[in-house]
Amino acid sequence: MTDQNAPLILVVDDYQDAREMYAEYLQFSGFRVAEARNGNEAVEQAFALKPDLILMDLSLPGMDGWEATRRLKADETTKHIPIVALTGHALAGASEGARRAGCDSFVTKPCLPDDLVVEVRRMLGAAKQA
Amino acid sequence: MNSLSVRTASRAPAPVVSPSARLELLEYYLAHHEDLSRCASASLEWLARHLGIKKSICLAVDGESSLLVGITGYGVATEDVELYSHPLADRHDPLVATIGQSQPTHFRTMRVNGDSARTIPSTPLGPGPFTAIPLRAGRDGQRDAVGLLLVKGPAPIASDVPWLASALAQKIEQIRGRGSLAEETRRLRRERALFFTIINSVTDPILLTDTEGRLIVANARAEKLFAASEEESEGRRRAIELNNMLFSAALSRTAVEMPSEARELLLVDPNDGSDLLFEVLSSTVEDPREGTGIVSVLRNITDLRRATEQIEENYQRLRVLEAAARAERDRLNLIIDSVADPIIVTDQGGATVLMNKPAEELFTLWSDADDAAQRTVQANDAHFSSFISGLLLGESGPGEIRRGEIGLMNPMTGAPIPVEAIAGKVLTETGELTAVVTILHDRREALERARLYEQLKKASDELQMRVQSATMELATQNELLRRQAIELEQASRLKSQFLANMSHEFRTPLNAILGYTHMLLQGVAGDLPPNVKRQLTRIDSNGRHLLTIINEILDITRIEAGKMPMQITEFDVNEIVQEVMTELDPVITRSKLVVTPRILPEALLVQSDRQKVKQIVVNLLSNALKFTHQGGIEIAVSYGRSDRMASVGVTDTGIGIAPEHHEKIFEDFRQVDDSPSRQYGGTGLGLAICRRLANALGGRITLRSNLGEGSTFTLTIPAEAPQ
Repeated sequence: MTDQNAPLILVVDDYQDAREMYAEYLQFSGFRVAEARNGNEAVEQAFALKPDLILMDLSLPGMDGWEATRRLKADETTKHIPIVALTGHALAGASEGARRAGCDSFVTKPCLPDDLVVEVRRMLGAAKQA
Repeated sequence: MNSLSVRTASRAPAPVVSPSARLELLEYYLAHHEDLSRCASASLEWLARHLGIKKSICLAVDGESSLLVGITGYGVATEDVELYSHPLADRHDPLVATIGQSQPTHFRTMRVNGDSARTIPSTPLGPGPFTAIPLRAGRDGQRDAVGLLLVKGPAPIASDVPWLASALAQKIEQIRGRGSLAEETRRLRRERALFFTIINSVTDPILLTDTEGRLIVANARAEKLFAASEEESEGRRRAIELNNMLFSAALSRTAVEMPSEARELLLVDPNDGSDLLFEVLSSTVEDPREGTGIVSVLRNITDLRRATEQIEENYQRLRVLEAAARAERDRLNLIIDSVADPIIVTDQGGATVLMNKPAEELFTLWSDADDAAQRTVQANDAHFSSFISGLLLGESGPGEIRRGEIGLMNPMTGAPIPVEAIAGKVLTETGELTAVVTILHDRREALERARLYEQLKKASDELQMRVQSATMELATQNELLRRQAIELEQASRLKSQFLANMSHEFRTPLNAILGYTHMLLQGVAGDLPPNVKRQLTRIDSNGRHLLTIINEILDITRIEAGKMPMQITEFDVNEIVQEVMTELDPVITRSKLVVTPRILPEALLVQSDRQKVKQIVVNLLSNALKFTHQGGIEIAVSYGRSDRMASVGVTDTGIGIAPEHHEKIFEDFRQVDDSPSRQYGGTGLGLAICRRLANALGGRITLRSNLGEGSTFTLTIPAEAPQ
């Protein structure tokens, strides 16, 4: 039932419940969804699938979200893909770190699926205009 | 009367003397028929008295020795007459020649046509003309005269003189007739010679003077002072003159004052002009023939006086020295007595010469001393004596000081007195030992002081040790505290880190819970029956509450860790009040309370963190709404010009807070009601966060409230950003 032309969203999160929840709701909201469990997978998937947007959890095992973001933003083929950072760390400096790493937007968990979809649609609209 | 008539008669050579006067003389001759000398003297006095003849001499012919000798004189020096003798051998001698004459012969100096001058024979009458009348009895012209009467003065002589010469000649012949004259004369001469030898042998001047001070008899020494001869030098004569004057004056004073008293008389030595001091002893001699005379004996006391003065001077000097010595001794005594330590001076034999009061207390007994005291004094004496004898026996130089300790006792109390004896020898200039001075220094005080000092030192050492150990302990404690502080800080940091991590860990599952609940309510799993929806809503609201708690804990942790970022901007406090009311409008509506904003007519601009200020005001208003059941709420904005502080006060008519709980409510996780069944919800972190935020903004939150009287919470922040 998902439109093959619908935007492809790469959801990167090591916490399965959260990853699948967001993936399920994004599909429910009409997006195509790919998933990655860590930084390495995120970078591989991004290069392979060239998603329209990446939801990137920052605290990841192995290569973390900041490193993965830096790599994707450093590559010509992926640097245009908007990356929305997701983090449970609300301590000061977390969002700054994310921006410095190259994230285009920053969402603090907990984030209701509905709010997340609003943010995804806003970022996609902004990217399309740019 | 009588004398007056005689003087008148003397002017003429005629017989002027009355027959009664002649008779008087003859009667005298009869009365003293054996004494030639006295008869002759009376005759010459008679001549003086009745005829005014001032100087006359009676000479007698001594057949045995063929000499014309002096019997007596008037107005001339007696001894001159007595010693006078003239040889009769030369019949051509003018004076001898007169003996053969019957008439008087007048002698005077004359010069005849350049012939050698007929000189006047030398007689005791001295120079000047005189008349020699031969003493002849009757008219017998065959025999030589028995003697000569020499009368001083110019010729002619009164006829009474030859009469007297005749009368006297008869008397002499009469006496001679008994053959006494020569013997008498010799005896007298011997006596006189002896007399003069005696008085001349006396070294003190002896004089006989008349009452006028005229010299009658003087011994050789007196003559040197008072009699001037022709050949004396001018200086000597003057000295003698002066001496005579001085002597006369002294005599007249003697006569007036006390005659027998010895007087001092200062005369001049005619030889060298030096002063001679004499003591004059005068006595009056009454002589019917010679009249009143004064015998004076002068004793040369010049040397005596000098010696006396010397002695006096020495005595005065001695007195001064004695006074000085006494003063010195008094001063010494005073000094010795003023010394608190006993001082004893002993002589070379060890006997005590002097001691001061403190020493007396040790070595002398008082009147009512008991046996014990006596024994003590004796023991003290013995101790001291053995110490001194040790010094006296030992060979030592003048500067040597002997020291020793003597155990004495106080005779009054019997208490032992340990003393240090310090003794020094006192030597004379020749090195002879005269005394030993000993000072006894009471050592009790020194010993006591030493003991106290020892105690003090001990105490001080102890104290020092204690201080040291205390200091060390303190240092240890400090170090411990420092480490604890470090540990606490670390712990605090760890806690904050832990809480931050925990809140993250809480959020992850909570994220899933809230997410799926939300998805279900959104109809991801299709339409849900109403009861399921209601149950999902419960999950959702509890999940949100949990999220609030977690967020607030995170806030506190952030503030405490100093990681709360501040974003200072300029804004109007009035706006904040309106925004908060808008935000909480649903709650206000639900509470059915009237909330009255009392904002200022003009903008109240402050420089602060807008978000934080709003957060605080939201919290305060939420609380007011939560704890107020009826009445109203006021939000009032104000500005303090004096301290330049902006305030937002939230006043409710709620349950109020007892003063004892005013502080408690600002503590973490606290409400007034802490019980599990408490009526009001909330984390109990709201006011704790508000206070921390207000402090972080440089402001404060104050509370004015009483139980049942409502509350006013006021946020006060500086209008200008903290520098």
